[in-house]
Amino acid sequence: MNMLAALGAAVVGALQHMGKTALFFVLVLRAVPGALRRPSLLVTELYAIGVLSLVIILISGAFVGLVLGLQGYNILSKFSATESLGVIVALSLVRELGPVVTALLFAGRAGSSITAEIALMKTTEQLSAMEMMAVDPIKRVIAPRFIAALIAVPLLTAMFNVVGIASGYLIGGVVLGVDAAAYWEQIVRQVDFSDDIVNGIVKSVAFGVLAGLIAVFEGYNATPTSLGMSRATTRTVVITSLAVLGMDFILTAMMFGN
Amino acid sequence: MVTMADPAVVLENVSFSRGDRVIFDGVDMQFPRGEITAVMGPSGTGKTTLLRLIGGQLKPDAGRIWVDGVEVTRIKRRDLYELRKRMGILFQSGGLFTDLTVHENVAFMLREHSRLPEKLINHIVRMKLQAVGLRGAANLMPAQLSGGMARRVALARAIAMDPTVMMYDEPFTGQDPISMGVLLRLIESLNSALGMTSILVSHDVQEAFSIARHVYVIAEGRVVGEGTPESLANHDSQWVRQFVNGEPDGPVPFHYPANDLVADFGLGRMRSREEP
Repeated sequence: MNMLAALGAAVVGALQHMGKTALFFVLVLRAVPGALRRPSLLVTELYAIGVLSLVIILISGAFVGLVLGLQGYNILSKFSATESLGVIVALSLVRELGPVVTALLFAGRAGSSITAEIALMKTTEQLSAMEMMAVDPIKRVIAPRFIAALIAVPLLTAMFNVVGIASGYLIGGVVLGVDAAAYWEQIVRQVDFSDDIVNGIVKSVAFGVLAGLIAVFEGYNATPTSLGMSRATTRTVVITSLAVLGMDFILTAMMFGN
Repeated sequence: MVTMADPAVVLENVSFSRGDRVIFDGVDMQFPRGEITAVMGPSGTGKTTLLRLIGGQLKPDAGRIWVDGVEVTRIKRRDLYELRKRMGILFQSGGLFTDLTVHENVAFMLREHSRLPEKLINHIVRMKLQAVGLRGAANLMPAQLSGGMARRVALARAIAMDPTVMMYDEPFTGQDPISMGVLLRLIESLNSALGMTSILVSHDVQEAFSIARHVYVIAEGRVVGEGTPESLANHDSQWVRQFVNGEPDGPVPFHYPANDLVADFGLGRMRSREEP
């Protein structure tokens, strides 16, 4: 009975947390137009969470592309279909791995830092001071970071894909000797703009919303202690990862599930 | 209760609790315009909560609060933010923005709320920093400041828009004697120069008494004493006298409530074991 009660409490707690996040989302959305009118704030945040995440995204994209090239070549060579390597690499990246892995890396690199920064501002009464100076922290601190995440994730995803496809070619075309023309031509012919690329962009935008929202929410609602901050940062990474994977399944089912 | 023609801040029968813990239970207070009023009491009596209630960051469970003629407890969010432009608060921790320089910290409110040209903002910031003696520190980051300097910068930032009501949350805590003296002089001179109403929340009796015209002493959710600093030293209430004169024992016991000393050390049981 106790276990049942604990399970119930956990479910209710999780639902409450989701509800709070959703309400917070409405507050943030209301502050978005105001934040868009302050491009300087936005540029600062874009630099901090977008540009500074570039290195990890590009390196990861390269490795993922290399692995895809190797694995794809191994399987395709059994069926003497190595000229399709380009399509395998490109579709895996554009449809799935690009948006998902980028969002997961983004949560670890930028989401955690957004949460930690906002939680520290709360702990040191900076947010409180801002409120008392008649400046709404949701408009001044939260909204710009949320928008920056929303812009950064799709752009980072695109770069991840490009680097991944290029490194797939590097291993397949240059090292393993797949025909270069076939690699690129198959990609051009088989990757559909609206089915694959647009769907990939839709996914990455959805993941950007999730990653940005969860990061700012957890920071803003952190318990103002050092333990509270560390918990909030962990929660950002864990919840974003689970939310991204869950959302990916739902979106994939909707897009490709017929 | 003191009555005055036009107090800047009024609390009427304010009650507030956190969970089961009652912080205020029907508190009435008035803060006369243009004067320094101290609110005193032991740590943990909700002095900071009082400032947050006045600033509208917390809502009381019951009662009403007016600031500068506006009822904070009933106000719309937009009007509250408008009202806050006329309020200043010096937080205990300072609350400086750690990623902005001293100059940018002080300029923050002016940049957010006014359309003044940058040159004019720079002049105002320099004037405010000059008033707290830190014009030379304008380009430092908050991490490079000592505790006393940080508090003075926070003070300069709080008065950037010339507030009508200024609140100080434990301004003397953790300050060395020199910064303490500096802060005392600043609070007093800013109050008279800018004609502000100052609310000084503190448990440093000597310092607060030296500049306040009127003092409220709060404990256990109520106002237990009020009056001029002189009258409080000889107050009827034994509790107020203990607090004001800093006596270690009295109505507020030295010991936190605990089990019987003998039982707590396990001596009672030992004795009974030895007996047979």
